[in-house]
Amino acid sequence: MDRCYQPEIETMPVEEIKKLQSERLVKQVAHVFANVPYYRHLMEEKGLTPADIHGVEDLHKLPFTCKQDLRDTYPYGLFAVPMDDVVRLHASSGTTGKQIVVGYTQHDLDIWDEIAARQLVAVGGSKHDMVHVSYGYGLFTGGFGLHGGAQRLGATAIPVSSGNTKRQITILRDFGSTILCCTPSYAAFIGETLHDMGLGPEDISLKAGIFGAEAWTEEMRRDIEAKLGIKAYDVYGLTEIMGPCVSYECSAQTGMHVNEDHFIVEVIDPDTGKVLPEGERGELVFTCITKEAFPLLRYRTRDIGIISRKPCPCGRTFIKMSKPMGRTDDMLIIRGVNVFPSQIEGVLMERGYSSNYQIVVNRVNNTDTLDVYVEILPDQFSDTVRGVSAAEHELEEALKSLLGIVAIVHLVAPKSIERSTGKAVRVIDKRKLHD
Amino acid sequence: MMVKQISIFVENRAGQLLKVTDVLAAHQINMRALSLADTRDFGILRLIVDDADKAATALTEAGFVYSITPVLAVIIPDEPGSFSHILHVLADGGINIEYTYAFLSQSSDHACMIFRVENAEKATEVLQANGVELAMQQELYRQ
Ligand SMILES: [Zn+2]
Repeated sequence: MDRCYQPEIETMPVEEIKKLQSERLVKQVAHVFANVPYYRHLMEEKGLTPADIHGVEDLHKLPFTCKQDLRDTYPYGLFAVPMDDVVRLHASSGTTGKQIVVGYTQHDLDIWDEIAARQLVAVGGSKHDMVHVSYGYGLFTGGFGLHGGAQRLGATAIPVSSGNTKRQITILRDFGSTILCCTPSYAAFIGETLHDMGLGPEDISLKAGIFGAEAWTEEMRRDIEAKLGIKAYDVYGLTEIMGPCVSYECSAQTGMHVNEDHFIVEVIDPDTGKVLPEGERGELVFTCITKEAFPLLRYRTRDIGIISRKPCPCGRTFIKMSKPMGRTDDMLIIRGVNVFPSQIEGVLMERGYSSNYQIVVNRVNNTDTLDVYVEILPDQFSDTVRGVSAAEHELEEALKSLLGIVAIVHLVAPKSIERSTGKAVRVIDKRKLHD
Repeated sequence: MMVKQISIFVENRAGQLLKVTDVLAAHQINMRALSLADTRDFGILRLIVDDADKAATALTEAGFVYSITPVLAVIIPDEPGSFSHILHVLADGGINIEYTYAFLSQSSDHACMIFRVENAEKATEVLQANGVELAMQQELYRQ
């Protein structure tokens, strides 16, 4: 069993969690209905008033909130408290379109610190730790989240921010950092730089890392753990909901516990909006049930994941979510089956194939076809046709067992896959040309 | 007694073979034997060249995927039944042949065949024990 920051909450019986969520949801809906005209209008359109929401069982009746709603109400249209009560703003630019802005009351920030402290304790942290935060500080929520958690815990926060890797290493060594917080790719880069400087894990005091804000694989986790001599943990969060630590990984390293006393998670079919049972893959949707300033209801994250309430060896009872497996924007429907390019990429990566691949979907005689082109690497090349065909066949079998549909794999010459700005074009859906 | 063969992965598209031969020509590398095994999607171009190491460097620079495989260059006297004799010797010795192809010999009294077998060392022993002559890389280019 792990040590918990707030064991009375983190290991609460599931029935009590549901009860707490129901009470808080009812209050939150009333708060939002009274204070956010945009939501009141959305609810009225569905013929709903707060009186229709009696608990979590009624959650599905509420309207979804999408990124577009945030853009339409920019900047302050979804704020539920007067600006006088807002003590902090953060913003997220997103790769496309207008930025969005979110606000926090002091109470919101207190909760954020609390859930970040839970994450730190879950990775073995205590007041004795030196928490090295290499996420960017600024409008981005990355830096402030774990910074606040470290202070709340009574540990020492080191606000290094991102960049200047040699300096990061100097600080790691001189200040005796024990927990590193940054993106997984930056952690890998720090590990490489350490190695290039002729140093290794024995030259630093790190014992754990909390890495989030981008997709990473289990292979990458093992690689970072070896390079830095630490345990590497995943963390999930998004600006719209709070920032990092909406859900947090424990010692089991098999998914992240959602802070269910503050957020309700659902998984829906991204096409129909229907709520899916636990264990099914779909779009993650979050509802904030304690947030005051920017309380989103049923926010569609466009992240694809699975949730599960299987008992966790750590002792926490909060539901667990998988690492996001892709984005709904990337989802392909092939012969009626939802396929995410990230699933195919996972199969290729596990087997040591190149990340230069291309997925081609087409429609031949009214049937969808799926072809996967992968650039061959020297290791995969044997000098017989039989050997190359066997490698293709092995990949086809692996894809079939994962996706449940047949994919044809073609190993192709290096650099033969068309690239845009240096990166291979991942998906070509030729069906769209016929529509 | 082994000869270095270079096997190059080529896509079954127009101009792919030409890309390989252009790279070799640009580095003044001579080809002496060539065989292409192909499928609908890809092919494997197998070459014996005068300088396998130089060819390997050039191919790496040009971004090709290739492997270097030891193969046997077997001298076949220019008389009826000699090729058949060699196949018998290998079969009797329990050697499986993966593939074989002809070498462009400049001699008129014998031909030369390239053999890729599962166990090249054992094949060498078996062939030599039966009086079959093998050629070495440098001999292939003596002329
Ligand atoms: Zn756990």
